[in-house]
Amino acid sequence: MNDDGRFLTLTPEEWTAVALSLEVALKSIVFSLPVAIVAGWLLGRRRFFGKSVVDAFIHLPFVLPPVVTGYVLLLLFGVKGPVGGLLNDWFGVRLAFTTAGATLATAVMTFPLMVRAIRLSAGAVDRGLEDAARTLGAGPVDRFFSITLPLMVPGIAAAAMTAFAAALGEFGAVITFAASIPGETQTLPLAIYAALQSPGGEETAAQLSIVSFVLALAALFLSERIAHRAHALQG
Amino acid sequence: MLRIDIAKQLGAFRLESAFEAKARGATAVFGASGAGKSALLSAIAGLVKPDTGRIEIAGDVLFDAGRAIDVPSEARRIGFVFQEARLFPHMSVRANLEYGRKRRKEHAPAAGFDDVVALLGIAPLLERRPRTLSGGEKQRVAIGRALLSNPRLLLLDEPLASLDDPRKAEILPFLERLRDETGVPMLYVTHSMDEVARIADHLVLLDGGRVAAAGAPGDLSGRLDLPLLIDRPDVGAILIGRIAGHDDARVVTRVLIGAAEFLLSHIDLPAGHAVRLRVLARDVAIATKPPEGLSVQNVLPCRLTALADRPNGRCLLQLDLDGATMLALLTADSTRRLDLHAGQQVFALVKSVASSVLV
Repeated sequence: MNDDGRFLTLTPEEWTAVALSLEVALKSIVFSLPVAIVAGWLLGRRRFFGKSVVDAFIHLPFVLPPVVTGYVLLLLFGVKGPVGGLLNDWFGVRLAFTTAGATLATAVMTFPLMVRAIRLSAGAVDRGLEDAARTLGAGPVDRFFSITLPLMVPGIAAAAMTAFAAALGEFGAVITFAASIPGETQTLPLAIYAALQSPGGEETAAQLSIVSFVLALAALFLSERIAHRAHALQG
Repeated sequence: MLRIDIAKQLGAFRLESAFEAKARGATAVFGASGAGKSALLSAIAGLVKPDTGRIEIAGDVLFDAGRAIDVPSEARRIGFVFQEARLFPHMSVRANLEYGRKRRKEHAPAAGFDDVVALLGIAPLLERRPRTLSGGEKQRVAIGRALLSNPRLLLLDEPLASLDDPRKAEILPFLERLRDETGVPMLYVTHSMDEVARIADHLVLLDGGRVAAAGAPGDLSGRLDLPLLIDRPDVGAILIGRIAGHDDARVVTRVLIGAAEFLLSHIDLPAGHAVRLRVLARDVAIATKPPEGLSVQNVLPCRLTALADRPNGRCLLQLDLDGATMLALLTADSTRRLDLHAGQQVFALVKSVASSVLV
């Protein structure tokens, strides 16, 4: 309860943090999902040279301390880094300490989570159905888009929603790579942390925590519903 | 004409088969479980790559290990009906049927959508989802889907094996119409002799990955040297003939097999219609003289051409019935008692109700 007796009153700055969190989480999922689908399919269905190395590399952000991941991103994508330097010189794009950077850090952190779920759903697609499609005249690309991908949809949807929920909570890598700039890179967890660091900020921290709790729960609930619906549709 | 001569090592099992199938009608590939039937079909369809050999259809080489030819499955124009139907679960029945049709290359005039739907009786199912169909309905849709891709050969891998008897009876007439009306040659894998008798114009026996024999079903079913056929409890002859006429007062039908006339329970088909009979060896008795005072209607004079001892004190007799071959299973004791020997003239006794009539 607030002083004025209303439950959950957020200041415009706090709403900005909520909106920014949603924006960063959504963008990170949208951009990384296609890559995660390809990676999940490759890992779940194909054998190729160096597969275990690729597998380990994708899973690195899962096991590394997030601060280390953020630091590595800073080294690579910082204005003086090998990739970040090129981006800055050629396109004038700066990633470090920007919303785009927060999105990149979030995408890298949630990528392994998505790949794991998508890989399972790719492995679960009945290859007999793909063989049937072959005998009906469908080539490899055609088969992937007409059979494999639609049958992976429940897994992909669940993966995206779980990753979205996790993305809302990314902290270590984001604060290291993008810092905590209000309105620019300060997402919900960062705002909560900042509130806790400032005197008298406990109430703000509590309110923002409730918001992130509700968002995460809604995302998880939605992912269950989507997966359930998609399974039911496919018999 | 389909010509196959391939070898493929699958673990400890070796598939090494060579045979030819006719350009029309149905060729049955018959063998026990694990005889390599499914692997053979997969190789023909291009889903499994043989180690060596050659596959050719109507002069078109689909696979030749020596010349490094391996036409991909999707370009072979070979329809495949799998044992478990394999309908696409995320599409309606109509979308399943359209899947192959949209992707076919227009070569020869292909069967029309409406014709195939009518042939298989699946019009009421078009807007349904595969999961709501019965096993028999699924299999009919799978056949239609394969047919609409305009194949030059239709492979059927035990399409009835996962169905119960009423469902089998539901599908069999469709398969016969398929064989007779579409002109698409069929290669039909089965381990049921009843299905062979009903469907097959040509029979290939597969045993341990090898072709044990190939020929007309009537010829192979009368042989005593094929363990695959005579070791079965339902060993018996497949006889091909036609309806000679009906005796309405007696409610019986006369069927001509070559020159021999069978009297059977009434068959609801016009005179002249082709029929196949399956007469099990255990349903045939032998008399050395024309018997009297017997209920058995068919007392057929024939020549005993060969005898083969069977396990458990039994003896299998091969009978020549004016060119057609029948088998009789007796106890070895009876053959000794009657002093039966090859070359002897005997009478084969077949109860009218004992032979199954397959149209």
